[in-house]
Amino acid sequence: MVTKVTTEDYAAASEIAWCPGCGNFGILRAVRKALVSLQIEPHRVLMVSGIGQAGKFPHYTRCHVLNELHGRPIPAATAAKIVNPELTVIAISGDGDAYGEGGNHFIHSMNRNVDITYLVHNNQVYALTKGQACPTTDLGYTTRMNPQGAWVSLRPLALAVACDCSFVARGFAGEVDHLARLVEIGVKHRGFALIEILQPCVTFNNKNTFQWYKQRVYKLEAEVGYNPGDRAAAFNKALEWGDRIPIGVIYQKERPLFEEYIGVSAAAPLVREEINPLQFRELMNEFK
Amino acid sequence: MTVDFNFMIGGEAGQGIQSVSFILSKAMMRGGYYVYSDQDFESRIRGGHSFSRVRVRDRKVRAPSEEVSILLALNKDTVDRHLDEMKPEGEALVILDERTVRSGLADKGIMLDVPLEQLAIQSTANRIMSNTVALGAALGAVEYDFDLLAGVLRQEFSRHGEKVAEDNVKAARAGYDYALQHRGKKFGQRLKARRASTKIFLTGHEAVAFGAMVAGCKFVAGYPMTPTTSILEYVAQKGRDFGVKVIQTEDEISAINMVVGAGYAGVRAMTATSGGGFCLMVEGLSLAGMTETPVVVVLGQRPGPAIGLPTRTEQGELWFALHAGHGEFPRAILAPGGIDDAFWLTIKAFNLAEKYQSPVIILTDHDLADSYSTVEPFDLSQVTIDRGELLSEQEVNQLTAYKRHLITDSGVSPRALPLVGKALVATDSDEHNEEGHSIEDAETRRQMVLKRMRKLDGLRSELGKPRVHKKRGAKITLVGWGSTYGAIKEAQELLVAEGLPVNVLHLNEIWPFPADDVALILRGSKKNIFIESNATGQLAQLTRRETGIKADATILKFDGRPFSAQYIVNGVKKEAS
Ligand SMILES: Cc1ncc(C[n+]2csc(CCOP(=O)(O)OP(=O)(O)O)c2C)c(N)n1
Ligand code: SF4
Repeated sequence: MVTKVTTEDYAAASEIAWCPGCGNFGILRAVRKALVSLQIEPHRVLMVSGIGQAGKFPHYTRCHVLNELHGRPIPAATAAKIVNPELTVIAISGDGDAYGEGGNHFIHSMNRNVDITYLVHNNQVYALTKGQACPTTDLGYTTRMNPQGAWVSLRPLALAVACDCSFVARGFAGEVDHLARLVEIGVKHRGFALIEILQPCVTFNNKNTFQWYKQRVYKLEAEVGYNPGDRAAAFNKALEWGDRIPIGVIYQKERPLFEEYIGVSAAAPLVREEINPLQFRELMNEFK
Repeated sequence: MTVDFNFMIGGEAGQGIQSVSFILSKAMMRGGYYVYSDQDFESRIRGGHSFSRVRVRDRKVRAPSEEVSILLALNKDTVDRHLDEMKPEGEALVILDERTVRSGLADKGIMLDVPLEQLAIQSTANRIMSNTVALGAALGAVEYDFDLLAGVLRQEFSRHGEKVAEDNVKAARAGYDYALQHRGKKFGQRLKARRASTKIFLTGHEAVAFGAMVAGCKFVAGYPMTPTTSILEYVAQKGRDFGVKVIQTEDEISAINMVVGAGYAGVRAMTATSGGGFCLMVEGLSLAGMTETPVVVVLGQRPGPAIGLPTRTEQGELWFALHAGHGEFPRAILAPGGIDDAFWLTIKAFNLAEKYQSPVIILTDHDLADSYSTVEPFDLSQVTIDRGELLSEQEVNQLTAYKRHLITDSGVSPRALPLVGKALVATDSDEHNEEGHSIEDAETRRQMVLKRMRKLDGLRSELGKPRVHKKRGAKITLVGWGSTYGAIKEAQELLVAEGLPVNVLHLNEIWPFPADDVALILRGSKKNIFIESNATGQLAQLTRRETGIKADATILKFDGRPFSAQYIVNGVKKEAS
């Protein structure tokens, strides 16, 4: 019998180096809660992260850790899942990691639809490099590197819907239970699950604070008649930003998995395949 | 009598030059000859000028020759460009269709005018077959065994249906008979099939791709770029039956990071690219060094900088391969000198990558990539797979705690894989402790750097000695690396025959640099001439850095074209006089 998985099983593996009060703590609680609720043992989970405050995340829960380069967790997470689909693979990025440095992978991973979960911590700044604007910084918000104010503001969830990403959701670090639930659904979703998380940075973003978000976020579940299967409606929700900011599942769709397309499965993972040089004898005859 | 016969097929891109060359080569190989064939293509899909040479010998052949015996000219441009490369009259023949080519060679004894189109239409009612007619004519002109040609044609075209295959045989026969009757008395060359062949015929990149599969590579990620696309395509097509997965990524950055992810999760993984793509991979290469993940990267060189000459050859990236990546970390660099090397060194690359949990770079170039040559079939029973210190489930479960980056004397930490036992496998692109979690303290950093760099000693002990071919009385040593081996070796034979004995030193396992072996040989030689396909003498510089020995002379070629033995001979004679 499998022993019961508890929150202790997901204790931090090293000392936490986030500022007190950072939104990341709420995300950490939510992710632990989701994994406990899913009863997945830590050694079945691989977290792949990029670089940034968000990138430190996997070190703070016991699990397999591949801390990648800035912007690159997605390719590594994709490959790890392909060679061993038995792993629950969670990729973790900051907004800069996901939408800036890793923008190309972001687009193509949504198209590819490998069964991984992607948590994007969006604090609307580059925090680890001390507060520059990022692709989702609110228009006009000034930073030391952008004294004239941010000039572009990407709507990544709209981009995700446009890419027909099979699962698009938004959570809020200040709504831990709601976020935990989203992570649970995302992990269970068959396909690429993007969960963007509104994460107040108490040090570098004095605009998008806990207070600011609390006044604006509303839950899509409570929205009468909202159907995450309706792409056009999802697109509109994904663009909504300002006085009201939706959280919850914005878009969900069943799509064939990339794993199926290339013929890998948990039943016969590539990592278990034997290496047998002699099986290539016949193939060599093609050169005759 | 020795045989050294050189066919050339020239025309526009799209005229089927490659397939004529390939079929001709295989027919020759099956008659017991050694064959070397290279391709000279422009970076375009139609038009332009392309040619392929098929060199046939009764001894090993590993480089092109610049003297043409039979020129199959599919257009006038081919005649204009290559007429002065022909052997002397009596040994040379130009096969063309005067009706279309209008060469103006009518009064020359070396011309054989074959109505290619007309014969194609007569024999198969299909004008497209005229290049097969030409192919038949080339073999008819030397009275080669037609059945051997027919056999290859049937094999190559059978996938298009029996009619296509038989039409090709008919077209070839028409050309063959015509040439046999009309070749005239002046051309006296004959090529008789010798004996049944046991050999195989493949390109350098086919050898790399095949070798990777034999070595147990299960995962390949890459973004197409000449000349390594052929590796990705071969594995994509042939690997399917063996469970090898090939992913065409969004860019090279993704490719190298995927390979890191696959290597971390536990399979043998590879990517293949060229200089520009390798530029994008450099950060990921450094990541593999830091996280101690086994990765194999094929760097197929072509002339740079930037896009350079996309379909041409050069050895301009030895220093790049050596230094690519930020920070210091160990790596191995292997540079195959031919088809056999390409196969065996690829297998070695995967073993080294896993044993030392480090990146290994296979440095090829366009010439090696695309040139075919005949070799004995690889003895697959000689292949060893060494996965290094990979922990079994049982071993993992005996551990109390697992440290992915355990500090050891060899620098190699026993490697656990996710889900093989219950160990948690943590690693980090940041400097980390033995558990794989990021740190910043000075002493741990120092220990980790030392641990990683200790792997170089192990790597060094694994590399084979450089190839040395000594000749009695030689005062000169020709030094080269990678794909130029064939031309250098043949130049040695020619020079010896002309009474100027030279030694050859060839490096195919370049890093960690075998400084002691190289120094020993170079010190025993009066004059060391480095032969490289680049403008700066990169091996010469590296040798000086590692051994203190300076090159006495260099023969450098950087026009994008491969070395021939004759070119080297001329250069050496100039240096020797
Ligand atoms: C190639 C590269 N460029 C730049 C950096 C520097 N860098 C580290 S983290 C970071 C931004 C992090 O921002 P984000 O992804 O939003 O994460 P956060 O720190 O806000 O959680 C940058 C630019 C880097 N590590 N690598
Ligand atoms: S700088 Fe911002 S994002 Fe980083 S730990 Fe502090 S509060 Fe969190």
